[in-house]
Amino acid sequence: MHNMGVRALADALASRSFSAVELTRHFLARIERLDSQFNSLITLTAEQALAEAAQADARLAAGDAGPLTGIPLIHKDIFLTQGVRTSCASKMLDNFIAPYSATVVEKLRAAGCVSLGKANMDEFAMGSSNETSYYGPVRNPWDTTRVPGGSSGGSAAAVAAGLAPLATGTDTGGSIRQPAALTGLTGLKPTYGRCSRWGIIAFASSLDQAGGFSRSAEDMAYLLAAMAGFDARDSTSAEEAVPDYVAALDQPLAGLRLGRPREYFAEGLDPATGAAVEAALAQYQKLGATIVDISLPSSTQSVPTYYVVAPAEASSNLARFDGVRYGYRCAEPKNLTDLYMRSRGEGFGREVQRRIMIGAYVLSHGYYDAYYLQAQKVRQLIASDFDAAFEQVDLIIGPTTQAPAFKLGEKAADPVAMYLNDIYTIAANLAGLPALSMPCGLVDGLPVGVQLIGPRFAEARLLAAAHRYQQHTDWHQQVPEVAR
Amino acid sequence: MKKTMSLEPEQVRRVADLARLAVPESDLAAYADELSRILDLVDQLKGADTNAVEPMAHPLNMVQRLRSDEVSEHPDREALLKLAPESESGHFLVPRVIE
Repeated sequence: MHNMGVRALADALASRSFSAVELTRHFLARIERLDSQFNSLITLTAEQALAEAAQADARLAAGDAGPLTGIPLIHKDIFLTQGVRTSCASKMLDNFIAPYSATVVEKLRAAGCVSLGKANMDEFAMGSSNETSYYGPVRNPWDTTRVPGGSSGGSAAAVAAGLAPLATGTDTGGSIRQPAALTGLTGLKPTYGRCSRWGIIAFASSLDQAGGFSRSAEDMAYLLAAMAGFDARDSTSAEEAVPDYVAALDQPLAGLRLGRPREYFAEGLDPATGAAVEAALAQYQKLGATIVDISLPSSTQSVPTYYVVAPAEASSNLARFDGVRYGYRCAEPKNLTDLYMRSRGEGFGREVQRRIMIGAYVLSHGYYDAYYLQAQKVRQLIASDFDAAFEQVDLIIGPTTQAPAFKLGEKAADPVAMYLNDIYTIAANLAGLPALSMPCGLVDGLPVGVQLIGPRFAEARLLAAAHRYQQHTDWHQQVPEVAR
Repeated sequence: MKKTMSLEPEQVRRVADLARLAVPESDLAAYADELSRILDLVDQLKGADTNAVEPMAHPLNMVQRLRSDEVSEHPDREALLKLAPESESGHFLVPRVIE
């Protein structure tokens, strides 16, 4: 059951080959048996999952089921889930029981998905290796001495290990695409505003976007269809109709123009990873697409731009954690300032504190123009490069990461080396564009990903292009030993 | 990487105070080093020519959506107070502010 796609699972549930309760039990048993190796979950909600599965079975019996009814999934622990601890992998929220659910959680629940539990992640989604979690690092199912990527590392590891068919994630600078690449999954970051941010613990509000992990573009089409849509409770939610992503999967590839940005194939790209991506380009040409050489000159400034904009927004968003209304409070505060300072100093981990301080610094008097305003201007240049490129091409194609998964601890000591992990993914967040990573090869037995970036709201085109590739290749069907 | 920007431990203390973070004295030097490395990275931005470029605050060119001024949320006061570290008769409790 753990190697079946959404459509096959839905067919099996509809024909009563097995029930939603049986399917949920299968995944719960796998989690209980296997997850101690990976640490992909922070909270398991077995009882609730079985109750939701029973409801799904009732809907199936009543003929009231959709394609996701009875399909188990795991939510990144950044999504509020009513009545269930939502920790954001931080000591700060270790005791926080969410008083309401995120819109995305509600929508997937309404579609009939069964939530198995909450996935581990980097603390407050700040990290690219899942090593900053208060609950310990997540390990990559392909090689448990390596990281799964981050920040949505638990979501990625869970789907890669066959602990759930689907998982949600969020992507502020690459937090879905980078772990998808490092664990051999399809991962989609939709257009900014496509999925509601309501009930997602905010990191950098002009960059944050919800998306997900799956084994294929087809499965992703089902997941996105249920997640996407306007939400009046999110002030930057897009008032844009949601197309039929599943129906659009069969769009032909012939004539599709794919832009190959030369900056994405420059120094720093591991040769074997680059070769796997080049092979994907060649496959696309064989399928009738045209490859167009393009340049995104300002994209080389993406990482520095991000490390001004994101910490600035984070320092503001994380001001709400003050030890007064919810979350961690220090023992025996001497006065109100001591309460604020020690609750935050003790409740936040080191990477989170670094980013809050960088944010406070770049926003402070005397530095605002040189850092924050300049970063916002460079952000405009980065977005303009994409606008110009999309006048010539339909999608942009390149690597997701420079290399396959690295070892635990390998980059933990140097924040800048860690930040450079997201060198190919950050620009899409800055410009607000949808982007997808899917597996395109194995390097020394470890998966690597190819990234497709589209114009705003072109998720259907991205998914169709990925689906066509997956119909002619089998990289997305490669799974680690544990998931066989 | 060679460091060109360097923050002194006293500057880290000032930023930590601004951000209301209690940083132990023994961590200041390490933070100064790490934050300096990050600022070196973002210092590359100074080389970009941004004359006549409008700052971009938001990826979608949208105006602030407004709604009518009506009560739309009905929070459950008791449920929210239960999340607080300390509360009493409908209020959040903090250490005495006014002597």
